[in-house]
Amino acid sequence: MGQSITVENLQAWYGEQLTLREISMDVDANQVTAIIGPSGCGKSTFIRCLNRLHETIPQGKVRGRVRLGTEDLYAMDPVDVRRVVGMVFQKPNPFPTMSIYENVAIGLKLGGIRNKSELLDRVEQSLRMAALWDEVKDRLHKPAVALSGGQQQRLCIARALAVEPEVLLMDEPASALDPVSTLRVEELVLQLKERYTILIVTHNMQQAARIADKTAFFLNGELIEYGDTTTMFTKPADKRTEDYITGRFG
Amino acid sequence: MQQRNSLDVALKDLQLKLLRMGADVQEALREAVEALKVLDATRAQKVVDGDKSVNRQEHAIEDLCIRLIATQQPVATDLRKIVAAMRIAADLERMGDNAVDIAKSVVRMNGETLIKPLIDIPKMAGLIDTMITNALRAYVDNSVELAQKLATEDDAVDHIYRSIVEELFTLTSEKPTVISQAMTLAFVGRYLERIGDHATNIGESVIYIVSGERSDLN
Repeated sequence: MGQSITVENLQAWYGEQLTLREISMDVDANQVTAIIGPSGCGKSTFIRCLNRLHETIPQGKVRGRVRLGTEDLYAMDPVDVRRVVGMVFQKPNPFPTMSIYENVAIGLKLGGIRNKSELLDRVEQSLRMAALWDEVKDRLHKPAVALSGGQQQRLCIARALAVEPEVLLMDEPASALDPVSTLRVEELVLQLKERYTILIVTHNMQQAARIADKTAFFLNGELIEYGDTTTMFTKPADKRTEDYITGRFG
Repeated sequence: MQQRNSLDVALKDLQLKLLRMGADVQEALREAVEALKVLDATRAQKVVDGDKSVNRQEHAIEDLCIRLIATQQPVATDLRKIVAAMRIAADLERMGDNAVDIAKSVVRMNGETLIKPLIDIPKMAGLIDTMITNALRAYVDNSVELAQKLATEDDAVDHIYRSIVEELFTLTSEKPTVISQAMTLAFVGRYLERIGDHATNIGESVIYIVSGERSDLN
């Protein structure tokens, strides 16, 4: 099952530059939460704080509290955090020298699983969850880079799922994909929310409207509005949200 | 603020189309009532014939809304404006049909003389005419206040309607020979009352555009 995330007064810096200003929000478990906002608004930084990637950047600094369920995320070992909070990036990034199978199995191997049949089971299960199994089951040991862009992205999702995370962060996961692959990823997200808590950063308003239960609008590092997606797209409370989603700025 | 030119131009066009349709429906109603006052079947028939144009306008508005939804992916106020425009067009179309119903009643009464001078029906029609004007003005001005006032105006219309029906009922008990025309006139009252209800529906659509809230004005 997915875990809820509670963010309290989260601030993030790049050197001297404050990019997130006192963000507080509760992310519901087993729901899809979309993060929208113009470029540079801090939405990617925000989700990168949720798996402690931001602090790996030189001069990246974070302050505030993030709880995963009841556990303080910043008191945990960052390696453990990244296992329970998986991430899928904008551009599919399979390991180029590895096969399809190895791409999914690598996280498990690093986690100490050595038993071959267990590895194969977990790889199959992950590929099935990522809706890719039927397309690759006969070529598991072929190079991952031979897959199409959409397939590579689903492979990256499978790779993230293999280590059995509780939260899945997706940073514009479909922006480099064609419309059909985009819809497949969206369908997948809707299926995956039964088992995971999903946060998705997207520039595509309609994508947020289609798949997210809740939507958060960020602007200049601030959380402007956060609420039910349908309400957000039919009657947003804040004029800035209205102007952004109707394409009148940003 | 940055503009979305093509969408903004289309929304303006949508508004103009609705206003033109509203003006035509209002004119049809006026003509139908004028024809009724003097039982002029020829004038009434023109109202009946003119309804095709109102129906065409409704389809044009609907097509424009569908095109905007498909191509512009409107959200928030833009979306509410478009959804409300479809509803308003449907209400105006029904109002046009009710004006036609009145006109058809006049055509059916061809050759008859009125059983009584018409006083309350023109008065009711005058109130309805004001309601249509106010509904369209509320729409143009995004005025919730004007939209809400339609509820009070509709109460006045309903009040006159009840007194028309009571008067006609009394008349028929005194003079059974007038039953047929009295029934027709009672129906005319009913058609007018329905037009008033559609005007309040337009007020509800205006409130929806402005606030996103549902309301009940009748």
